[in-house]
Amino acid sequence: MADIGFGSQQRSLVAKLMDLNLILLLLICTIACVGFAMLYSVADGNWDPWASRQMVRFGLGFLALIVVAMIDIRVWLNLAYPAYVVSLVLLVWVEVAGDIGMGAQRWISLGPLNLQPSELMKIALVLALSRYFHGISTEDVSKPLRLIPPLMMIAIPVALVVRQPDLGTAILLLAGGGALVFLAGINWWYIISGAVAAIAAIPIGWQFLQDYQRNRVLTFLDPERDPLGAGYHILQSKIALGSGGVFGQGFLQGTQSHLNFLPEKQTDFIFTMLAEEFGLVGALGLLGLYVAVLGIGVATAIRCRSQFGRLMAMGVCVTLFLYVFINAAMVMGLVPVVGVPMPLVSYGGTSMMTIMFGFGLLMSVHIHRDTEVPRHTTSLW
Amino acid sequence: MVRDVRDADRAAGFTRRAAILSIGTMGLFSTVVWRLYGLQVKQAEEFGILAEENRVNLRLLVPQRGLIYDRFGVELATNRQNFRVLLVPEDARNQGVRNVEEALNVLGEIVEISDYRRRRVLREAGRNRPFVPIIVKENLDWNEFARVNVNLPDLPGIVPEVGQTRHYPLGSHVAHLVGHVGAVTVEEQNAENDPLLRLPEFRIGKLGIERRLDQPLRGAAGTAQVEVNAVGRVIRELARNEGTPGDDVVLTIDQELQEFTSAQFEGESGAAAVMDVETGDVMALVSTPGFDPNLFTFGISHEDWGALRDNPLNPMVNKSVAGQYPPGSTFKMVVALAGLESGLIQPNETVFCTGAYAYGDRDYHCWRRQGHGAMNMHNGIKYSCDVYFYDVARRIGIDRIADMAERLGLGMATGIQIPGERSGSVPNANYRNGRAADGRPWVGGETLITGIGQATLLTTPLQLALMTARISTGNMVVPRLVRSIGVGEEDATIYEPPSLDIDPAHLAIVRDGMNGVVNEVGGTATRSALVGEGLSMAGKTGTAQVRRISTEERATGIRRNEDLPWRLRDHALFVGYGPVEAPRYAVSVVVEHGGGGSRAAGPRAREIMQFTQMRDPTSRAPFVTTPLSSQQNATYVEEQN
Repeated sequence: MADIGFGSQQRSLVAKLMDLNLILLLLICTIACVGFAMLYSVADGNWDPWASRQMVRFGLGFLALIVVAMIDIRVWLNLAYPAYVVSLVLLVWVEVAGDIGMGAQRWISLGPLNLQPSELMKIALVLALSRYFHGISTEDVSKPLRLIPPLMMIAIPVALVVRQPDLGTAILLLAGGGALVFLAGINWWYIISGAVAAIAAIPIGWQFLQDYQRNRVLTFLDPERDPLGAGYHILQSKIALGSGGVFGQGFLQGTQSHLNFLPEKQTDFIFTMLAEEFGLVGALGLLGLYVAVLGIGVATAIRCRSQFGRLMAMGVCVTLFLYVFINAAMVMGLVPVVGVPMPLVSYGGTSMMTIMFGFGLLMSVHIHRDTEVPRHTTSLW
Repeated sequence: MVRDVRDADRAAGFTRRAAILSIGTMGLFSTVVWRLYGLQVKQAEEFGILAEENRVNLRLLVPQRGLIYDRFGVELATNRQNFRVLLVPEDARNQGVRNVEEALNVLGEIVEISDYRRRRVLREAGRNRPFVPIIVKENLDWNEFARVNVNLPDLPGIVPEVGQTRHYPLGSHVAHLVGHVGAVTVEEQNAENDPLLRLPEFRIGKLGIERRLDQPLRGAAGTAQVEVNAVGRVIRELARNEGTPGDDVVLTIDQELQEFTSAQFEGESGAAAVMDVETGDVMALVSTPGFDPNLFTFGISHEDWGALRDNPLNPMVNKSVAGQYPPGSTFKMVVALAGLESGLIQPNETVFCTGAYAYGDRDYHCWRRQGHGAMNMHNGIKYSCDVYFYDVARRIGIDRIADMAERLGLGMATGIQIPGERSGSVPNANYRNGRAADGRPWVGGETLITGIGQATLLTTPLQLALMTARISTGNMVVPRLVRSIGVGEEDATIYEPPSLDIDPAHLAIVRDGMNGVVNEVGGTATRSALVGEGLSMAGKTGTAQVRRISTEERATGIRRNEDLPWRLRDHALFVGYGPVEAPRYAVSVVVEHGGGGSRAAGPRAREIMQFTQMRDPTSRAPFVTTPLSSQQNATYVEEQN
């Protein structure tokens, strides 16, 4: 085979840099800029304390994206399982020795850094599942014994994260992992029976939820139940959204958010603020940007020659989609409040790094779309 | 190339599944878009209103309370700037102290803060949100306030503020008349739905004119629309509608005369009224002892209230309109007029006074044990002979006396604009002080005792002044206390009271008797005659017994008032008018348990009348409110949570 890309296992750094998907990078930067503008507005027209720090983080994240994209996709293949194992160990560690933050055990203090193993796991799970399904054939995918390892790979971190308790991340891991299993091509019968089993499991899962999580679900089902407590935030969020109308109240003019009727407006409810200040037009615009990114991501996945790359790219897309969907649906009262940020827009360093790392992997898939990836681990070094 | 074929197969499967997944995600996205459309387009108006309700709060602006003036424009009730110091806990922390207590310590070095206030501030700070100002101290004097302002940069979280409080410059001299303001009670809140009443700092009239004319004095609340944030902090003001300040009230009172009259009592318990006999203007209306109405403005302390409540001289009772006393001998003019009008009594008929008058199975005594000898009407009044009036009363009967008493204004409220006025009581054969229902027939002896102003007769000092004014003019004058409410609303029409329809000749006889009391040798009040060119007074003394004198005591000698405990001493009364030839002023004085009317009441009435006639307030131009005088638009925002 005298195929151009196929044979050249190692390309020069310059060639790879030239191959970066500039449209994707432009879209990412645009979304981040929307975030900066909103954080500027949250602080009543000040760069401090949020916007400036978010810019620094985005800068660091952007560097990470480029570095991750440059690394050969086969290296990621080799790192998949170790990364998963390390993430799992850290997750267990926070169970045992994690600091208390926001009433949930999520952090590991590493000097000045707070490491959040559940965020690592979002990437590690995508890597590990892609690695696993890359290694088995289509025929083997649907063999029951072959399905046990991936399901365990999903179930163990989900159980640990729910215990923390962090419902948002748990849903992200479960849905993201499930999507990868689906993409790997398992038999429809598994999917149907899995869906039935999931519905049957709802009452059992209810037992594992913390009181506040149950409250959120109950309040979501009936917001009138507690209009001054848990339901208050959703009601205020809906008021802010609705009062934005089609064209919004104008930049820096959103009364509900600036008068603090909105909770957590720099993090979870920043989309509400955007919708209040820029109206339906602004909200649809931001969603459009995300859809464009997702479109590029899906195209990248389909274009990729290796199953590992395809799965990994789709894994990143599904994770991004889940972030956006859950956050948007949450602030407008479509799903319970679960504490999922709007990617690249919400203030927060950890989710920013996760998202940018994910985009790095997506970009790596794009750059290494024609790289031949062996079924099993090989030594590149 | 088996592997390649299989991989192509795998790629195709992947693409299919990826497409399915993408369609699914777009489906989920479209629910979000549909929801956005619903919220931001279909329900936008509804949520817009809710947002506005969230954001905009209506704050009430307290209107300035109307002032109360005397007839010459002297302020009887004003609004004084209240220098006060507030503490904002949040600002205190931002400006370098750890807590409210430390901020109070710093302030305490500049103005004194009582432990009680300190505890209250700390308690309120614990209850409220940290941006809510707490009143640390009110009513600072100018020096203290200046010290706070000078040191402001070093006082964390301290806000000096100038508020408005009611002030009564004359203090106790006008306390009962003008009244005072106080905090709104729950009952008052429920009685009307003026939103002002719900403001914790609002004050409502509690007594006197402040209470009776509370509505016009109060004015109408203004409103300020303010933008608030989620925790209620005011961000900015959006719109403001100044309220209407309360109307100013001008009284008929002459402040100088009022103060002079009040000062005559020197700690005695009593009351006095001075009236213009032609217009009915009440120029002084005094009840003593008074109290300081300013004590009530910030809520009276337990000690002060206890002292007022337990004072045996009842400072909280307005004795001028709510004190009811037997008129004693001051009632004799009524009996005389009733006798003359009946035609049964001729003025020159004489009754021989031996010191006692036998009627039924007992003797009725004259105050002069040795008797007055032969008495005609003029001398009966001049010497205040009881036996003469026993005889007149017996002959004309109780109903004629009661009828004349009512025509002269006794036994019914005068309608003066002071809350709590009592009507007194005038008995007659059919209806005697509410006791007619017991079926007991009228006892003739009671008519005799009524003839000298005792028995169940009760009058208020204001009624006595009114009676005297009517006798002196023959007109049915009505007491007036309020000259005008609001700007220039003075009733310009000349007041012409209707005639009482009493024969002027009868009135002349009675007036002549009253002149004799004061100005003829032997009259009971000769020592009360006025001195000075054109100054003169006619009058009548009265001594109202408050105890029954037993036969045994009469036999052994009646105890003198000085030997009796205060509570059992007689009430001293005096009524008078002057000048004698052209009556213009009427006066009444009651000294509770003061002893004889000629000694305790007469001289006081003399001083008051002398002062009144020398000052002659009716000859001076009265004060008329102008738009300028009532231009006090200093409304202020009432901060509340």
